[in-house]
Amino acid sequence: MAAAKTAQAKTQFGYRRHPDQDRSGANAAEHPVVIVGAGPVGLSLAIDLAQRGQRVVLLDDADRIGEGSRAICFSKRSLEFWDRLGVGDRMVDKGVVWSVGKIFHGDQQLYQFNLLPEEGHKRPAFINLQQFYAEAYLVDRVEQLPGIDLRWRNKVIALESRNDGVALTIATPDGSYQVHATFVIACDGARSSLRQLVGAEFAGQVFEDQFLIADVKMTAAFPTERWFWFDPPFHAGRSALLHKQPDDIWRIDLQLNPDADPAVEKLPENVRPRIARMLGHDKFDFEWISLYKFQCRRMAKFIHGRVIFAGDSAHQVSPFGARGANSGLEDAENLAWKLDRVLRGLSPEGLLESYHVERSAAADENIRESTRSTDFMAPVTRQEARLRQAVLSLAKETEFGKRMVNGGRLSVPSIYDTPLSTADRDDWRGGPRPGASMLDAPVADNDGKPTFLTEVFIKQGTGFTLLAFGNGAAVDVPEGVGRIQVGGEGGLVDAQGLAGKRYDAEPDTAYLLRPDGYVAARFRKVQRPVLDAALARASGLN
Amino acid sequence: MALSTNSNFARPDDAFRAIVEAHRGLTEAQSADFDAALVLVLANHIGDIEVLREAIALAKRRTLDASQQQQQQQQ
Repeated sequence: MAAAKTAQAKTQFGYRRHPDQDRSGANAAEHPVVIVGAGPVGLSLAIDLAQRGQRVVLLDDADRIGEGSRAICFSKRSLEFWDRLGVGDRMVDKGVVWSVGKIFHGDQQLYQFNLLPEEGHKRPAFINLQQFYAEAYLVDRVEQLPGIDLRWRNKVIALESRNDGVALTIATPDGSYQVHATFVIACDGARSSLRQLVGAEFAGQVFEDQFLIADVKMTAAFPTERWFWFDPPFHAGRSALLHKQPDDIWRIDLQLNPDADPAVEKLPENVRPRIARMLGHDKFDFEWISLYKFQCRRMAKFIHGRVIFAGDSAHQVSPFGARGANSGLEDAENLAWKLDRVLRGLSPEGLLESYHVERSAAADENIRESTRSTDFMAPVTRQEARLRQAVLSLAKETEFGKRMVNGGRLSVPSIYDTPLSTADRDDWRGGPRPGASMLDAPVADNDGKPTFLTEVFIKQGTGFTLLAFGNGAAVDVPEGVGRIQVGGEGGLVDAQGLAGKRYDAEPDTAYLLRPDGYVAARFRKVQRPVLDAALARASGLN
Repeated sequence: MALSTNSNFARPDDAFRAIVEAHRGLTEAQSADFDAALVLVLANHIGDIEVLREAIALAKRRTLDASQQQQQQQQ
């Protein structure tokens, strides 16, 4: 089962003793940041911090990348983040690009949607990529960066909060040792042991319906689209999903009865006939089979003193909507620049509170969306089932019915209602408002070479950036603030007018972008005092 | 826009009758199916989530009042 993937990605790593382990507890090594958990979130966070010049210790209790595909859908937003980390191309080259989804009821197609119906974006709406590839590429990137000290088979077994940080006790094959961290970031997944060590609750809802995931290997001519069925002929009364991954692997998701016995359902001899009915043949091999129930829950607070939670350790959603790994990656990109500023003394520690404000609201949104999808797929009462049935039948002949069918609403970046934003004072007819993420658009550089706004943003560096439009007078920006000029002398050429259109630009229009690419403020005509005030606000300085 | 509870039909009996007749000859399960579809069609036609919420609150108050009365009668 594992042979195919090890040929293409390194997944087994060795434990190595570290000099920190020779120090006594009283003389424990001091580290500014210790990240616990080398999954997609912990690895991405470590890379972002290291690229900002921070030294990071990254601990993982295993010495290998996990089996199975697990997360497969990575969003445009995640790919743009990975571009900043230098791994976007590798992910997209390997991944299966898609943007179209189809919803079927019985054997009839109800409707189809396109998640990115317009041209002029560097990245697609989604790629499908097995999580182990994503993790392997991130580990390769980690190994290129001198600032990250990745320690396999290092398991945190005790945690003591102190005024100036956290003392961690770490178990290894050579026994345990201690380190002292200014900040600890817990990226250790849904069953987070750090969450238990700080004694935090993880409250929410468990759904009774069971789902069977199988990744099967086969050659098939199905298009690279997300296909979702309600009550398909091959799986009467329940729902099903089919989605393509690289290497001729197909993700199949089947809803089971609530009373199904997991041990029995998981047996390949029981799974095989179901899938053969779905595909119409049995020329496939199993890569991975797993059975799960939905859970939707989150921590009340993502920050516990100097221990900060990110990804599944902080929030868990049902998988229909690609909101698990993607929201964890959004946590990482949100936290990295803030933590870097705080560690450098550029912003007060209070800036980190905005991480909790922004990302817990995003978690609530993700939980709400995925709970609605789950309830639609598995109605709780008779009358709920009737309403669901009415929607499905109305969808055959009405537009509004199609729009109400909920086979999973796919992840889009949240718009933050945040103290870091400066409220609009000018008139806007469009464009991303403060708290929204930047939009991509095709432009050409001075030499006429085509590029994208997201690419230019990366080249600006890792700080705040002023995105200015038009022929207006050049604005001088404070030191350390990057500048992108679209149009005007020496500016990027917006030949198709898409950048201007997407940002509702007039001459002199300017957007202040945060280091994570979210809009902090925007102005019809920018002047230094208002720009300085917006920068201070977005830095947590007032 | 607030939920209108004035009488909006020139001939309210026609409206009531039309709904009643639609249920004639249906089993209870069929009636429930029909109601579910009708509610969704009408809700979409209203197309205003605040009005829909007010309508739900008004209808729900009736349901709760009725169940309270039932409980009092039983006591």
